[in-house]
Amino acid sequence: MSMPFYVAPEQVMKDRADYARKGIARGRALVAVRYADGIALVAENPSNTLRKISEIYDRIAFAGVGKYNEFDQLRVAGVRAADLKGFQYSRDDVDARSLANNYAQILGQIFTHEMKPMEVEILVAEVGVRGQDDQLFHILYDGTVVDERRFSVLGGDAEAISARMNDQHADDQSLDDALKSAAAALSGPDRTLAADDLEVAVLSRLNGRRCFKRLTDAAVAASLAS
Amino acid sequence: MSMPLFPIGTDPGSSFPELLKRVGLAPTLEATGEVHVPHATTCVALRFADGVVMAGDRRATSGNLISHRGMEKVVQADQHSGVAIAGAAGPAMEMIKLFQLQLEHYEKVEGSALSLEGKANQLSMMVRSNLPAAMQGMVVVPIFAGYDLRRENGRLFTYDVTGGRYEEHDYVATGSGMLHAGTVIKIGWRDGMTRADAVALACRGLWEAADADSATGGPDVLRGIYPVVATITADGWQRLDDTELTTVFTSIVDEVRAR
Repeated sequence: MSMPFYVAPEQVMKDRADYARKGIARGRALVAVRYADGIALVAENPSNTLRKISEIYDRIAFAGVGKYNEFDQLRVAGVRAADLKGFQYSRDDVDARSLANNYAQILGQIFTHEMKPMEVEILVAEVGVRGQDDQLFHILYDGTVVDERRFSVLGGDAEAISARMNDQHADDQSLDDALKSAAAALSGPDRTLAADDLEVAVLSRLNGRRCFKRLTDAAVAASLAS
Repeated sequence: MSMPLFPIGTDPGSSFPELLKRVGLAPTLEATGEVHVPHATTCVALRFADGVVMAGDRRATSGNLISHRGMEKVVQADQHSGVAIAGAAGPAMEMIKLFQLQLEHYEKVEGSALSLEGKANQLSMMVRSNLPAAMQGMVVVPIFAGYDLRRENGRLFTYDVTGGRYEEHDYVATGSGMLHAGTVIKIGWRDGMTRADAVALACRGLWEAADADSATGGPDVLRGIYPVVATITADGWQRLDDTELTTVFTSIVDEVRAR
């Protein structure tokens, strides 16, 4: 019987992390930003049918970057977990924190135990009844959860985009301002992104029970031009 | 609660009832013999120029007793459809809850809503799965109505206990007062009615059913409980508020008094 070569665990983890990071960096980025009436999610996504941002529950949205089939599988699992919990207990008992923990468990488990880590970064956002209760959970490929306050950046070139967001972000800004700053941060100084390059959705406190709403290209164009 | 992930092949897809079965939460009804539960009564739906009107009284009865005065049997299923239920109140409410969840679950998983036809078929399957309970006296017979965004018109569906689905063109009534309410609407119905006329006709149907059928409740002015009346058009579901219903029923009362 042949013995497998010994590889130091540090090396294994580093290789997996590098692999996942490379996969994620290839994709385009996504920004979630709080504004006065909720949370806006803006992704650079030329496709009109394959979504990066979607609804999980009444006040909760999901966003993913990286490998589409992998984060879509996580999205569907999230919808199922949320609908089951709401069915078993009550709609009020479904919260982003427990979903984020579940995602972290799955990603962490896959990262340490499977051959290939998931090449995804995901965001679970929940809009509160009041502005100060808004929550953004940013979950990395290895199951690390980061709880973010004002905005969250996922995907390739996240550091530069974060720096640009930091310069422009203001608390209690309008939706138009939030979209303009998100689009500018995503595009950087050397190019501009038009409405049809972006996928935009909001979780708005003003939308009734189901807070999630996609914005049409026309609505996004109007916001960006305002 | 752990997150439900399924291997390819056993994945329940966008079906919420299938998902409930996989995780062992599917509702089971295994009572033996006849059971007596509160019953919900009369509901009507009719087509008008811009869509459909649905209306239902608020009474639930157990034998000769009124068990509930404020029950809402006409409920929104999703943005462009609604369900009205007559029959055993408990299973009916559970069915509505599951149906609403299924429509929303499908919409979220698939990224687009089911067609109206698809929703009607889905409800048919749910009624059929209630057949064992129906054999024990817990019959649930819903009306499904909605605005078909593809055909751009309002559509009505009625069901029997076996899940049989029948599309009605003009109007439909269900429950203990269906004969009275149905007859009133049958006589008054015209093609291309306005919203106001359709609402008045639906209310008149319920009024006559309440007048002749002890299990159907009329407008309860004392407690401020009015039937649930809603319209579904291209703009979606809209429930009429009590002020508008007060006006409609006042004019019915005036007309009846003047006879």
